[in-house]
Amino acid sequence: MAATVTTTATTGKTWGGGNEPMGASYGKMMMWFFIVSDALTFSGFLAAYGFSRFKFIETWPIADEVFNHFPFLHGVDAPMYYVALMTFILIFSSVTMVLAVDAGHHMKKTKVAVYMLLTIVGGFIFLGSQAWEWKNFIKGEYGAIETKGGAILQFVDTSGNRVKLADFAAHLPTNQVQKKKSNGIWFQDGATLPTYTVEEVVEGFKANPNLLVRTEFLTDKKQKTILTRDQSIKRLAEAHYVVEGANLIRNEYGHKLFANFFFFITGFHGFHVFSGVMINILIFLNVILGTYEKRRSYEMVEKVGLYWHFVDLVWVFVFTFFYLV
Amino acid sequence: MAHSHESNTKRIWYVFGLLSVITIVEVILGIAKPESLYMSNLFQMNLLNWIFIILTVVKAYYIMWAFMHLEGEKSSLRWSIVAPLVFLIIYLVFILLIEGNYIFEVFRDAQYKWIF
Repeated sequence: MAATVTTTATTGKTWGGGNEPMGASYGKMMMWFFIVSDALTFSGFLAAYGFSRFKFIETWPIADEVFNHFPFLHGVDAPMYYVALMTFILIFSSVTMVLAVDAGHHMKKTKVAVYMLLTIVGGFIFLGSQAWEWKNFIKGEYGAIETKGGAILQFVDTSGNRVKLADFAAHLPTNQVQKKKSNGIWFQDGATLPTYTVEEVVEGFKANPNLLVRTEFLTDKKQKTILTRDQSIKRLAEAHYVVEGANLIRNEYGHKLFANFFFFITGFHGFHVFSGVMINILIFLNVILGTYEKRRSYEMVEKVGLYWHFVDLVWVFVFTFFYLV
Repeated sequence: MAHSHESNTKRIWYVFGLLSVITIVEVILGIAKPESLYMSNLFQMNLLNWIFIILTVVKAYYIMWAFMHLEGEKSSLRWSIVAPLVFLIIYLVFILLIEGNYIFEVFRDAQYKWIF
């Protein structure tokens, strides 16, 4: 990097190129300023999330109850373990990335290649984990009822454990049909029908005296409010829609904005991880081809490393604000 | 540049250990939710959340300083990155959270009922 040092000898040709403000090469400095602007974008999203959460602070879903799945542990309540694992995977891939940069400074081509490959593998594992997380979130577990006013009602037994719609919904004869293009000439498109109709859920609820309704409101103990049997039945009179899982319109976990922010922020982050992996693959191929060996500088690895660490940095904040706080 | 030729491997593993320990502490606290921290209130938030946020900033510091190697850059570059971020983020979060809390109070205290 001999050409990167700015000395008094270059002051005569300030505009001739090779000048380096703040001691960083052009590419590195631009990568840093891109990261600054991208960090502000993510801050905007997370601050908007905080805004909505403060706005609906009494009714916001409890993250521990939503994200409590772990692979191969069906029905086990495992809050946070899975995202903690994802965090480790990403931090570890950051470590292999920084080791690749370090090896690059010593011009060790094989070492750079191996560490880059490990980073790419880590990135793919993270993306896979996130896909699994999304799958669980979209599929949902218990199902809920939306009232006319848009509130979500969930169902619990007398000891406060959640109960699935499938466990109590009655089976009533219905003439509701999932309409498709194939059975109507003028039919354009329509909403997917839930597994149960509102009537089936309400009848099933009435037939099971040990069931109660749980509302979105948080008590002093920061738990969701559970209504009495009488209140529950009264509340169910406002039932309007059966919600299963999550989409961009409604979700069974609680406030509509919760799922929207989840999809948008983790999705935007996941997209960053995906592009990071793609750029890493490009750089990895260049390392193998010996491009940087010929250039006598592995600075490209350092630049892509900055981006990769940034992705990790964002995840650290997403982890805190979506899963911990 | 002097910093680029010495090996930083030891430092990297040290920082990795530190980040792992902080994450584990966060997860343990998040699952245990100690009553004394979780039920307290300081500036509209419980102490547990404050601890999480402080630990997150510590993690961010180590990622930026050690992994992204800001500790080896000139202080002018460091400041041109950190200063706008710190100022703008604190400013944005401050106004948005205050506003969010205000709207919450309007929803709660107003004559209209917003969630039926």
